[in-house]
Amino acid sequence: MITTTGLTKVYRSGDREVTALDGVDLHVREGEVYGVIGQSGAGKSTLIRCVNLLERPTSGTVTVAGQELTSLAGNGQRANAALRAARSHIGMVFQHFNLLSSRTVQDNIELPLEILKVDRRERSRKALELLDLVGLADKAKAYPAQLSGGQKQRVGIARALAGDPKVLLSDEATSALDPETTRSILQLLRDLNRQLGLTVLLITHEMDVVKTICDSAALMKNGRVVEQGTVSELLATPGSELARELFPVGGEPSGPDRTVVDVTFHGEAATRPVISELSRTYNVDISILGAAMDTVGGKQIGRMRIELPGRFEDNVVPIGFLREQGLQVDVAGDPAESATTAPAGALVKEGAK
Amino acid sequence: MTWSQMQPLLYNNTLDTLFMVWWSTFYAVLFGVPLGVLLILTDRGGILQNVVVNKIIGAVVNIGRSFPFLILMVALIPFTRLLVGVSIGPTGAVVPLVIAAIPFFARLVEAALREVDHGLVEAAQSMGGGTWTIVFKVLLPQALPALVAAVTTTVITLIGYSAIAGAVGGGGLGNLAYTYGYLQYETNLMVITIVLLIVLVIAVQLLGDLTVRRLARRGSRGSSSVRVGLRKAPAPATATGEPAGTAPAADAPKERVGA
Repeated sequence: MITTTGLTKVYRSGDREVTALDGVDLHVREGEVYGVIGQSGAGKSTLIRCVNLLERPTSGTVTVAGQELTSLAGNGQRANAALRAARSHIGMVFQHFNLLSSRTVQDNIELPLEILKVDRRERSRKALELLDLVGLADKAKAYPAQLSGGQKQRVGIARALAGDPKVLLSDEATSALDPETTRSILQLLRDLNRQLGLTVLLITHEMDVVKTICDSAALMKNGRVVEQGTVSELLATPGSELARELFPVGGEPSGPDRTVVDVTFHGEAATRPVISELSRTYNVDISILGAAMDTVGGKQIGRMRIELPGRFEDNVVPIGFLREQGLQVDVAGDPAESATTAPAGALVKEGAK
Repeated sequence: MTWSQMQPLLYNNTLDTLFMVWWSTFYAVLFGVPLGVLLILTDRGGILQNVVVNKIIGAVVNIGRSFPFLILMVALIPFTRLLVGVSIGPTGAVVPLVIAAIPFFARLVEAALREVDHGLVEAAQSMGGGTWTIVFKVLLPQALPALVAAVTTTVITLIGYSAIAGAVGGGGLGNLAYTYGYLQYETNLMVITIVLLIVLVIAVQLLGDLTVRRLARRGSRGSSSVRVGLRKAPAPATATGEPAGTAPAADAPKERVGA
């Protein structure tokens, strides 16, 4: 639905050049919620602005719903008619809502319809229908300043949907909201994604957002996408930074001659009592150092850090058993897996929860 | 001079002043708004960025603003005569007043539009809005309270300028105060004229402030009409599951672009 290839954006100020995007290849499938996560300055904001060409990429292509936007673009800052028409079918919601304070809620939602030259009656009908959809049917005549942050964002979402978009871009839509409101807005986005088959590309710096609603995710660092894939793919990737951040587990071995193993459960394996089976079958004592369980995209997923007595060499068979059960097993302390152990200390706190 | 002698003079000259101020404001707004809009659009980072055009308009506006009004008036006499046929009287004074007011007002428009959150422009662009949409549906409506305040300031400045114009043959209250009050020592008339000017300025300022407050109130909870609206539609928070009574206006820090 959204594909970018080799997307690069370089800002020039005087003699200095800042590379905000460095060859980003992104592929968002139709009907999925795709989260791009990264710290501020990682280039996520530039990326989402390049998708509807609010920012012109220095090089690379952007294709949305089969239309290559980068080929439509006129020269310079001005968008030509073809690009404007394409944009009117890509919804966008903003961190600071960007509602017109001079217009009522209903008139704000009608603005994109005015741009599309929809007649007055139809505009009003559509706006009220959208307000109903986002649960603000009674606020049509209110002004944005009379609404709470969450309500404003609902209006922003209703406005973004006015052009019947196939794609919704969300630029940190929940970052200005409190946790409870964030949840209700994410739930709304999830519902819209399911009901309308809307493809959602969102950027965020909150791992919780990815955990709550994303089917796929990408991690951005210094203008590059360093990891991407569906959440279960990521969890199945040994040493995946995103998986570790999504499900932080920690805990130090209780002594020498112990083997620490990170086990990731997903799919069917998550529902089976694998650990007690292991304990019974091989008669080993297992201590759990840390664990995290959650539902991601409707599927139960968990990570657990367990400790087995004896060195790795003594535990090859039990570990093999775990792998046989369809679990993903990373052995901590194994030189090849040192990437997994390095941040263990930093994650002890989360793991202790 | 008796009151019955003064009365028609005061009456006619007040009308002349109002005539000059009205028409010069009218043309200042007519030409100043497009100029101010152009200054914003062509500025660096503007949606029609064009440094050359921006610099040219900026330079013209600056030149217009740096002329002392009296000098401008005299310098413009041939142009005024060409345009309206006369160079004195209220009609003759309107031309230099307009020429002085356009750049002044254009700068005020520019400042007002600069205060509009750039995020709103971006939102309109993301909906597929072009320059026309951004100017007429975003920039001007959002800046309306500030634009009304700018008109108020311009009208008051023009009342002052029209008095200067009056002193050199433009007619109006300024002319009255100068020819009768100053040259013929009619102190009473001069005082009355000045009081009239003060009343005029205060009235314009009050009217302007009132309008600005009306317009700005659309956004806040303070307005009475809004309270009625809220009473009609109670319990909004339960529908959305959000905590009721959260402070609304303060929770959306707007990022201002420019300065």
